[in-house]
Amino acid sequence: MNYIYPEYEVVRNYARCIVCRACENQCANCVHRYIESENRMESKDDDCVNCHRCVTICPTRALKIIKSDHTFRYNSNWTGKTINEIFKQAESGGVLLSSMGNPENYPVYFDKILINASQVTNPSIDPLREPMETRVFLGSKVHKIKRDSNGKIDTSTAPQLDLSVPIMFSAMSYGSISYNAHESLAKAAEKLGIYYNTGEGGLHEDFYKYSKNTIVQVASGRFGVHKSYLDTAAAIEIKMGQGAKPGIGGHLPGAKIVGAVSRTRMIPEGSDAISPAPHHDIYSIEDLRQLVFSLKEATDYKKPVIVKIAAVHNVTAIASGVARSGADIIAIDGFRGGTGAAPTKIRDNVGIPIELALASVDKRLRDEGIRDRVSLIVGGSIRSSTDIIKAIALGADCVYIGSAALIAMGCHLCRSCQSGKCNWGIATQIPNLVKRLNPSIAYQRLVNLVTAWNHEMREMLGGMGINSIESLKGNRLMLRGVGLTDKELEILGIFHAGE
Amino acid sequence: MKRVYVNEQWCLGCRLCEYYCAFANSNESDIVKALKDKKIHSNIRVETKGNINFAVSCRHCEEPLCVKGCITGALQKKDGLIVVDKDRCIHCYTCIVCCPYGAVSPSADGVIQKCELCAKISGNQPACVKGCINQAIVYEER
Repeated sequence: MNYIYPEYEVVRNYARCIVCRACENQCANCVHRYIESENRMESKDDDCVNCHRCVTICPTRALKIIKSDHTFRYNSNWTGKTINEIFKQAESGGVLLSSMGNPENYPVYFDKILINASQVTNPSIDPLREPMETRVFLGSKVHKIKRDSNGKIDTSTAPQLDLSVPIMFSAMSYGSISYNAHESLAKAAEKLGIYYNTGEGGLHEDFYKYSKNTIVQVASGRFGVHKSYLDTAAAIEIKMGQGAKPGIGGHLPGAKIVGAVSRTRMIPEGSDAISPAPHHDIYSIEDLRQLVFSLKEATDYKKPVIVKIAAVHNVTAIASGVARSGADIIAIDGFRGGTGAAPTKIRDNVGIPIELALASVDKRLRDEGIRDRVSLIVGGSIRSSTDIIKAIALGADCVYIGSAALIAMGCHLCRSCQSGKCNWGIATQIPNLVKRLNPSIAYQRLVNLVTAWNHEMREMLGGMGINSIESLKGNRLMLRGVGLTDKELEILGIFHAGE
Repeated sequence: MKRVYVNEQWCLGCRLCEYYCAFANSNESDIVKALKDKKIHSNIRVETKGNINFAVSCRHCEEPLCVKGCITGALQKKDGLIVVDKDRCIHCYTCIVCCPYGAVSPSADGVIQKCELCAKISGNQPACVKGCINQAIVYEER
């Protein structure tokens, strides 16, 4: 007996269905079936994950997915969702798993912040006619003038990442996403003059050619880390935490550790890839400093080292420590950040909003006089060009986009990555599904997205009368809050609209 | 000359090209009206075995065996394109037997049909190329 009623229903308009069977061919969950005796299609709602693959490819628009209106007796405390979760756990005895970012109804501060524009007294700038600089450099900045023995100013700087636009593709491992998804990200990063991030799954040998646009990750499992992996990268990221699941490790099931994934991760085929919750050699900022400098030493001090942390309650103190550990860049991942799989309860209840974390970290580093030592990258649900503008005005140097990049490639946020049967060829290792993502299409869609956002950001900068992204950085006067409490405004360091 | 090529690597075997082709050759403006409850006659066909799929349509051969075999002159080569004169076809199907690609087939009314590059006529992308969801079918010079 199955207690769970299907969440979604496939609605087929039989007047339009031409029985081409493309839906049946393309559904990895086997929802659609051809009934030969009646020459018609039939759908089984139970297995539908609402990924829209069939809906999108149907040549006659004969399909749509609706949320079932099947309901429990009304109860605002015991909601249908809660009851179903208990049913699932009573059945399985296991931890509830989910994918992608926290979908629950917490405030989105970006949506309660408005952007300024020039009127009359300070002219706005037309980015189509005048120069508009969106190029940024990430890395430790010079905070003291140094002279050589002849009194000449030392112009050397710590290693920097040079980006044409303050956007990078965030860490998604080869294993959690497919070969074709990785290739798309790498090609797009190269074309755009930005960076993508290997995640903790190592770097496939085919992608070494994109190395100047590659950030390699060193995470608690140390998968795929070796000399040439570090040497080839533009920067190295130490992953301490992830916004979707702060404080816990990762687990890529053995079923996904096949062929090239196993080779790239340097672990046997079929073995579970378990990333421990902590790095077992890091229990203090001093320990972190050892790893930061081990990596710098190994790469001849030529590459910036990024330390990625999740936005948790004491993120400011942690960031301050990280800035003092010798890291060049701090990446903060907010509680809406995506994942290929995480325990549902952790994803939905652990961590804090990125807007608040960013504002308080930037302020803390300024107050301590160490903001110049590090660049700040923020991620965890950057959804649009306005989110980027707001993040930069709150103090970020750059943003990471993960979910948005996947959506550009075709992800429909069905949040079923953990099943490994992604119908869009993104979060899967099944060859038949992987080939559905043609990198020459997906890469172009990524390039288009970032190009479009760049245009929008230039327009907004111009509207504010600013001609460089650098002049917006930490410029919180360009922001106003709406519907926020005094405490929220204080933490964000912005005025209320009308003030 | 630009031709229709299929990259087997990206062909998903969804057969949508067959339906878009049949629609393009139907003289109907609505795909449902054109194809609903009808046996489709497509000029492109997806071949599938195991995990391998690829669509096949007329190669517009340099030395077309179908044209050589045609006893009435219904099949002719014009500007590199192999075209059918339906009025001259006598349904002998010699061309169907000759074609090594299986790219010629009988249409609903019995005369033969084959890909005549709808693109060449309309000036747009061929319907199969436009409809391919994974850019497995391309129309290009090689």
